[in-house]
Amino acid sequence: MRIEGRGQIDRTKPVRFRFDGREMTGFKGDTLASALLANGVKLVGRSFKYHRPRGILTAGSEEPNAMVEVLQGNQQTPNVRATVQELYDGLRAQSQNRFPSLRFDMLSVNDLASPFLSAGFYYKTFMWPRALWEKLYEPLIRRAAGLGSLSGRHDEDPYEKAWAFCDVLVIGAGPAGLMAALTAARAGADVILADEDARMGGRLLSDGGEIDGKPALVWVDAALAELAALPNVRLMTRTSVTGAYDDGTFGALERVSLHRSPAPHLPRECFWRIVAGQTVLAAGALERPIAFPDNDRPGIMMAGALRAYLNRYGVAPGQRVTLIANNDSARATARDLIAAGVKVAAILDTRPNASAVEDCPVYLSATITATRGRHGLKSIHVAHAGGTAEIETDCLAMSGGWNPTVHLTCHMNGRPQWREDIAAFVPAPNAVPRLTPAGACNGAFSTAAALREGADAARTALAALGKSAPDAPLPLAEDTPYAITPFWETEGAKGRQWLDFANDVTTKDVRLSAQENFASVEHMKRYTTQGMAPDQGKNSNVGALAVLADATGRGIPQTGTTTYRPPYTPVSIAAMGAGGRGAGFAPQRFLTSDQASRDRGAPMIEAGLWYRPSYFPKPDETTWREACDREVNMVRASVGVADVSTLGKIDIQGRDAARFLDLVYTNTFSTLPVGRVRYGLMLREDGHVLDDGTTARLGENHYLMTTTTAAAGLVMRHLDFVHQAFCADWDVRFISVTETWAQFAIAGPKARALLDSLIDNAPDLPFMGVAPVSLGGINARLFRISFSGEQGYELAVPTRYGEALFRDLVARAETMGGGPYGMEALNVLRIEKGFITHAEIHGRTTAFDIGMEKMVSPKKDCIGKAAAARPGMHGAEREQLVGLKPLSDAAITAGAHLFTPGDAIKRENDQGYVTSVGYSPTLGAWLGLAFLKNGRARHGERIRLVDHLRGIDLLCEVCDPVFHDKEGTKLRA
Amino acid sequence: MPELIAKSALAGHAPLTRAATTLAEAPMTDITAIAPFPGQTKAVNAALKPLGLSFPAPNGQSSNGPVRLLWTGREQAFLIGAPAPEMGAAAAVTGQSDGWAILTLSGPLARDTLARLVPLDLRETAFPVGMTARSGLNHMAMVLTRSDAATYEIMVFRSMARTAWHELAEALETVAARFDQMA
Repeated sequence: MRIEGRGQIDRTKPVRFRFDGREMTGFKGDTLASALLANGVKLVGRSFKYHRPRGILTAGSEEPNAMVEVLQGNQQTPNVRATVQELYDGLRAQSQNRFPSLRFDMLSVNDLASPFLSAGFYYKTFMWPRALWEKLYEPLIRRAAGLGSLSGRHDEDPYEKAWAFCDVLVIGAGPAGLMAALTAARAGADVILADEDARMGGRLLSDGGEIDGKPALVWVDAALAELAALPNVRLMTRTSVTGAYDDGTFGALERVSLHRSPAPHLPRECFWRIVAGQTVLAAGALERPIAFPDNDRPGIMMAGALRAYLNRYGVAPGQRVTLIANNDSARATARDLIAAGVKVAAILDTRPNASAVEDCPVYLSATITATRGRHGLKSIHVAHAGGTAEIETDCLAMSGGWNPTVHLTCHMNGRPQWREDIAAFVPAPNAVPRLTPAGACNGAFSTAAALREGADAARTALAALGKSAPDAPLPLAEDTPYAITPFWETEGAKGRQWLDFANDVTTKDVRLSAQENFASVEHMKRYTTQGMAPDQGKNSNVGALAVLADATGRGIPQTGTTTYRPPYTPVSIAAMGAGGRGAGFAPQRFLTSDQASRDRGAPMIEAGLWYRPSYFPKPDETTWREACDREVNMVRASVGVADVSTLGKIDIQGRDAARFLDLVYTNTFSTLPVGRVRYGLMLREDGHVLDDGTTARLGENHYLMTTTTAAAGLVMRHLDFVHQAFCADWDVRFISVTETWAQFAIAGPKARALLDSLIDNAPDLPFMGVAPVSLGGINARLFRISFSGEQGYELAVPTRYGEALFRDLVARAETMGGGPYGMEALNVLRIEKGFITHAEIHGRTTAFDIGMEKMVSPKKDCIGKAAAARPGMHGAEREQLVGLKPLSDAAITAGAHLFTPGDAIKRENDQGYVTSVGYSPTLGAWLGLAFLKNGRARHGERIRLVDHLRGIDLLCEVCDPVFHDKEGTKLRA
Repeated sequence: MPELIAKSALAGHAPLTRAATTLAEAPMTDITAIAPFPGQTKAVNAALKPLGLSFPAPNGQSSNGPVRLLWTGREQAFLIGAPAPEMGAAAAVTGQSDGWAILTLSGPLARDTLARLVPLDLRETAFPVGMTARSGLNHMAMVLTRSDAATYEIMVFRSMARTAWHELAEALETVAARFDQMA
């Protein structure tokens, strides 16, 4: 019901929305919750476990009950708190966790069965038979419990992640936060003021009151106008600071467009990482419910929330309101209601000695012993100092006191401290470095105290930043002392007294937990699930631990709190992973030949971050194998061209370059003549193989190292580490030139002829030679190296010419009966030659394992040499590189394991594993590379290859890993 | 042989302008890495003198009109806009012209756009004009330079230029959409 003349909504702007299909109208400035209340809707959801009817409890982000699904385009966002969702034209929301409808929910039978469903029910009941847990019990329980549901579609809407930096971050824009921001900003600090609400002002928006003799809202507007006009201030509304992290870094979630209909490119949410020199926490406080029987009926809400609905939204959630409180703050709500013309049936004060003077009946020592009204409160039964009473009421507001919002101060392992005088936990001093709490979150509940602490906290922050603030008088405001007598539970009453509304936990559950010796607060939490719902116990933690403290006979400080962890409010994964869907997961690296390859229909495969052509299909080829076989035969018979630019290239210069290479490679490079290339092997410090590749000597003090594609970054990092850690003073410098050169392999018996057609007077390079060449005036490099086993060259040009050269080389090759070849053929060619890749040097193999122990020079030291010489790093028990040939025509698979024929197929008998396989058209057979225990001594033996995943079990012959041209005559031709 | 056609990383990509902020690929230019050998700073500076440059301090640059020397790492700087002078044995000199794509982002939303992808404090005091830094552009390595009050130069590995463009363009679109919303 709307109250005329009240609230900060814009009554000139009606907003139409739908809830559960029913069309309703609210106003601009409404939340979904305030608009529903204005439309007389009390029942908005069903509870998690018992499917109890629930209404709106709060007016903030802590709401445990009023969670709905919001429908927007492809989106179905579950568990949206109606108290946070702003109303916009066309908003569609629906209730959740009910079937078939909110009023008639079949699973509300759970509530009737509740005597059997108490805390620990699942643990006790679904233990036998064990096998049924995963298959039957868990899926059933999950279907019955659980809250909102997702659309099941991909979330393709835009989200955003961003960084922000400031001198002073102020979290919360109530009186303390505004005062802190003003103080810091006036002193010239860069200030970010973040508030989770759509409008800044905090409780001042709901409580009214006066500041400096004028309505508080006037002061709020003036403060915001001043802040907005300052260039050193950034105001971030709709932004919840969700976590405190190291070095003044905070996570925050901004609701960018959840309050409006979508617009192109406008992100739904933004996940901020805010780095602050100093922080003022002015997060306010949350009101505590009171435990009494059936205190969860729709129509029962927090007193502070009722005041917010009345003063901020101009809504009276009921026509006959009752209040129950253990402190003075609810009295203001009653007075506001009476002033607005809303009937207040009674104030129930749990305290015996509170004032009874109000413009409505006041009952002292009052408790509620029963409530009635399934879908909406109808009446309550009250016991008080003078007897009992039955009160007709459709709205009951409760206040069990206020909990300072200490959450962020606990994110770095700080534990809050109990303050007896206000019956609440407050932040421990210096709980988060460079963060000062101020105002209600620090236990200072009056407006004057909030203003004072806000200004003081800002001064503390400024002093730490080396700035000072001029003295300025504080605005005048109410400074009422906070009077509270704790009241945690209604003793001797029948019926369930709810603590955690979101997860359906009662005081009895907490007592049962203590009785069954889950007496630590952390155990109680897990046993009862209290505090584990979307509200993370914001409404129930302190109440629950107070009941636990009573049940165990310990005090509240001794009982302590559970651990507060980020995020403060739920953060969608979509926001944290903004931009990371699909191709956004990692950068894509494209070759200069990329378009030319795609034009030829080559499917691309990802190798590292690179996209490389898999094979180049001809029109009549229907399978990749046909293309691959043809390309292999083509290289062996005429000439093939492949883009090998992805290999890492590192330019190394200096008088100590040779010495440096001798240190990082197992073999010697100082003896390499200028103009020659040598294959090198590199070890990690632990003696395992890091990488292999060729390195060319371009000049006396100038080398060019080539790495594998996969390990290019790894090797660069390794060289940097070795240089900085072991030989920083050496005369050596190196830099990646991977991206600077486009490099193409030209391989096959006609490779030389192709080069002669391209380069005038091409140098007659010996095998493993290198020389500069000129391509029509362009400086290029020609290497004679081969990864295919054929006569092979690699031609490198500055990257800008890469595409043109590739297209030219392919045209020439095709004219000569050859053509381009892809990764599949490249792989088969190298397997035929027994050349290794990172399939073999996968990080657990040594030079000995791959048959290269002779490459570890005995004449010098190198990284990894000592470790590689330790026992266990070599010898017959090691799995050694071998070749495999199946005894039948069947395909073999990489990943298969090897067993001695006759042995049982079990782990203990494992003899090794297959790393690479391919069908060799050259030899007309499948070939494999594998690691086999004592493999080099077992050439000629038969071995059983078993692949359980793909159902393969066959016999192979163990052989030398070099299958083709063992003597290398073709290479050197 | 016939002349090979040269292409820049994003050859043919039209600039993108949103809310008076423009993302564009800069024309290819000379880039040379200069890495002084130990104790050779003086000799390097002598060689740089004819260009009107000196070896920059970390995160700094030395510039003379369009010719600039950007700090790019420990004892390493990139000479941009002119061929490298003869350094002899004073420094390792390595061509880098073809290894990088240079994008420029210029306009009132440039800094906010970068704040979506770059974890650096880009406030006036922390990242003034002339400053350069090696950092990350989302998941990519980057050299970032502030060329003037509202212009940033972003260097990424050439092979990643398309991803860099895509991510900067997306960020600019969202920042511009937010800007339009406020307007």
